[in-house]
Amino acid sequence: MQWRLMSLLLMLAPVTNLVAADNSVDEFQLKNGLKLLVKQDHRAPVVVSQIWYKVGSAYEHDGITGLSHVLEHMMFKGTERFGPGQFNRIISENGGQDNAFTSHDYTAYFQMLEKSRLSVSFEMEADRMRNLMLANPKFSEKSAEEFKKELEVVKEERRMRTEDNPRALTSEQFNSVAYSNSSYKHPIIGWMSDLDVMSVDDLRQWYQRWYAPNNATLVVVGDVQPKEVYALAEKYFGAIAPQPIQAVKPRTEIPQIGLREMHVRAPAQVPYLLMGYKTPVLKTLKKEDQWEAYALEVLAGVLGGSRTSRLDRILVRDKQIAVSTDVEYNMGSWQADMLLIDATPANGKTVDEVRQAVGEQVTALKNELIKPDELDRIKAQVVAHDVYQKDSSFYQGMELGIYETVGLGYKQAAEYLPRVRAVTAEQVQQVARKYLNEDQLTVAILDPQKVTIRARPRALNSEHHH
Amino acid sequence: MLKNKYFLAAGVLLLAVIAVVVIIFMPRHTDQQAREGIQIETWSLKNGARVYYVAATQLPMVDVRVVFNAGAARDDGKPGLARMTNELLDHGAGDWNTEQVLERFDSVGAQFSSSAHRDMAVVQLRSLVDKPLLTVAMDTMAAILKTPRFEPAELERERQRTLVGLQNQRESPEQLAELAFYSAVYEQHPYATPVLGTEESVTAFKRDDIINFYKNYYVGANALVVIVGDVNRSRAEALAEQVAGGLPAGQAAALLPEVPAAHASKLIKEEHPSTQTHVWLGQPGMTRSDADYFPLYVGNHILGGSGFGSRIVDQIREGKGLAYSSYSYFMPMQRKGPLLLALQTRNDQAEQALQMLREILTKFIAEGPTAEELQHAKKNITGGFPLRIDSNKDILEQVAMIGFYNMPLDYLQTFNKKVESVTREQIMDAYRRRVTPQNMVTVMVGKFEATEPKK
Repeated sequence: MQWRLMSLLLMLAPVTNLVAADNSVDEFQLKNGLKLLVKQDHRAPVVVSQIWYKVGSAYEHDGITGLSHVLEHMMFKGTERFGPGQFNRIISENGGQDNAFTSHDYTAYFQMLEKSRLSVSFEMEADRMRNLMLANPKFSEKSAEEFKKELEVVKEERRMRTEDNPRALTSEQFNSVAYSNSSYKHPIIGWMSDLDVMSVDDLRQWYQRWYAPNNATLVVVGDVQPKEVYALAEKYFGAIAPQPIQAVKPRTEIPQIGLREMHVRAPAQVPYLLMGYKTPVLKTLKKEDQWEAYALEVLAGVLGGSRTSRLDRILVRDKQIAVSTDVEYNMGSWQADMLLIDATPANGKTVDEVRQAVGEQVTALKNELIKPDELDRIKAQVVAHDVYQKDSSFYQGMELGIYETVGLGYKQAAEYLPRVRAVTAEQVQQVARKYLNEDQLTVAILDPQKVTIRARPRALNSEHHH
Repeated sequence: MLKNKYFLAAGVLLLAVIAVVVIIFMPRHTDQQAREGIQIETWSLKNGARVYYVAATQLPMVDVRVVFNAGAARDDGKPGLARMTNELLDHGAGDWNTEQVLERFDSVGAQFSSSAHRDMAVVQLRSLVDKPLLTVAMDTMAAILKTPRFEPAELERERQRTLVGLQNQRESPEQLAELAFYSAVYEQHPYATPVLGTEESVTAFKRDDIINFYKNYYVGANALVVIVGDVNRSRAEALAEQVAGGLPAGQAAALLPEVPAAHASKLIKEEHPSTQTHVWLGQPGMTRSDADYFPLYVGNHILGGSGFGSRIVDQIREGKGLAYSSYSYFMPMQRKGPLLLALQTRNDQAEQALQMLREILTKFIAEGPTAEELQHAKKNITGGFPLRIDSNKDILEQVAMIGFYNMPLDYLQTFNKKVESVTREQIMDAYRRRVTPQNMVTVMVGKFEATEPKK
């Protein structure tokens, strides 16, 4: 099967005389259920290949948190054909770069290569879809040894990202309080106590359960011809048998019926405020209600995320009670999510004062319509961003992969621009009234526990971080 | 817009290395250019500003970056001054106050940013090329460069924000390690300056300090304009003139002093309430135009610059599971930027990991890479060439690097050939002459009390 999606941009009346960038995607489905999406980008003779599995930390439950992510690490530990480390090595020898990432909603592996080397990636990616060493009893000893080491690497990763980062620690504990029963309450990397008891068997079962062609989407973006990519995918992935995929129970978050407040007391220097309102996302809304997600997206942009948005303008520059603010809303989540607001108080101001001021801005969104110029600015940014993002084939692939993997379908990615542009001030007010309510709010406060540092830190600076 | 704050990558490691490498080495762009390298056109404005331009017509957008030789190395005893000056540029300019400046960019979907590093101060715009939009964006950027207001109230607010930023920095063992590392490696050299400043220095800035810094360094003779995008040569000329032509000619910044050779081994331990110890090991490394650039670069690819497969990752992460992220790099700068080897590991393993890092380096200097390692590194570096010139963003990075450091215009075209010609002997020779393990700075930031190694 194959059909072509016409560029939606062509149907718009853009605020600018943009050349309609080619947004078309070719879609194929292999008999074993593997979906292939190809987007052509002929700007340079390169290709990005990403394989997206429908599994992530949100598929996990108590006691096995972090499993998807550890498995992602173990996917580099070899198959019978390509031993431990060979995947990286062969990609590297071909001048490529490869890596992987795990989220709540997906696990994805990618390679970036000169275009003629795509088969190198397909061959090995297909091989490790079912033939991982850890699933083969022949290599149980070797796998146990590799697992033991890799688990330590993941624990170091957890220490680096979370344990020693007071804001990440706050965010992790915040999620565990804000959600009652949604699997979003667990950290992607897993609780340390779950990592401590993880076994190769757990990984084997997880791998066999989810890594199958009918649970994956292959996304290819670059200087390629779709039919050739399809033939290549057939050649390497076509023979892999589909597996019965047993879906996880939904664990739909129960309604929150009252404000939740929490404190994190950790070694830190600066206090920090994190607030989250429970919100629907595209996936949890009925088709006819999906405008709400786009309206929440605009609302998030009015409130934060750019230097002209309200929190920065009013809290940081005008009242000077915060030194930084941010707002985040992730409409492409698989499960109901939150609209997050965070802020760092200015010196001499308290977290409570900042919280109060944020509250005033939230109230203002409910009481008054946003101004036309605010709405126009958001839309202008969205239109421009749609062009800018085409400078990155990796990003284009990610967009398709996420939409497809969470079950929205990649075609919905192309709706983003027109749907955001259609949002009205009234709609923003409506979603503000409907969702930004204190009974569905969780507030976390980081209370810095200052420790005396004996050796006074020398000069303070910052350069590029890597 | 797509947001993916919440995911973990298997190898930050690799991403980390890529990020650094991309900034330093990588080219990018269009189809036939990908094979031949990027066609850079250059000219100068009357005030001496140099312009580097690459046409990239596939997307209706343009990137305009202006780079000044006005990084933190010019702080001159007032740490943070370069960065504060750079930060304040868009806080009101010409006829517009801060709010108006920011609104003008946002209203046309333009992305404006500025940043200060040790060598460079950068001001950058990405905009659609549609004329009414680009005009608004460029008028605003031109005002920012030519007539920044530096209003006292803006300085005061930014001072307060920076002071919180400085406090916040102390939460991060990695950032503390970086501060201690630069301070110990560079001692009295300007590269020792902390880019964000110190509480003392930031508290003391006067408006005149900012204005003087701006007048000295934000001048034509000290400026490089880089334009990459869907504008033809004559439009590029007009854009360059508009954005930088109004600056006074001024004078190019004086050469920075040479970095003295490392002369002693130093160990700096900083107590921090973290579960890991961050270990940084290094010394002054190489310049951007270093005669040993290619042997050192290719050698480092094998030592710890290429993620998985490099010796450091192979032994520290894959072999022992000691760290999630471990790497080495040379950061080539106007004067010798650092050679750094780094990792972070559970406190009680820090000594063991440090020992391993040192042994890996010593062995590498003594024995050099194997023929197989060298061949593999060359395949990776040269085979990945098209990948490094495949987006406007990366072309911009490359061209800005070539321009700022006065590299030859055919740098990208000859890059692969130079990599290919590096021999094992050249690498060994370069590392023996240039890297002195007995004179390394070692920084450890972590919790040392009661964390003796468990055996």
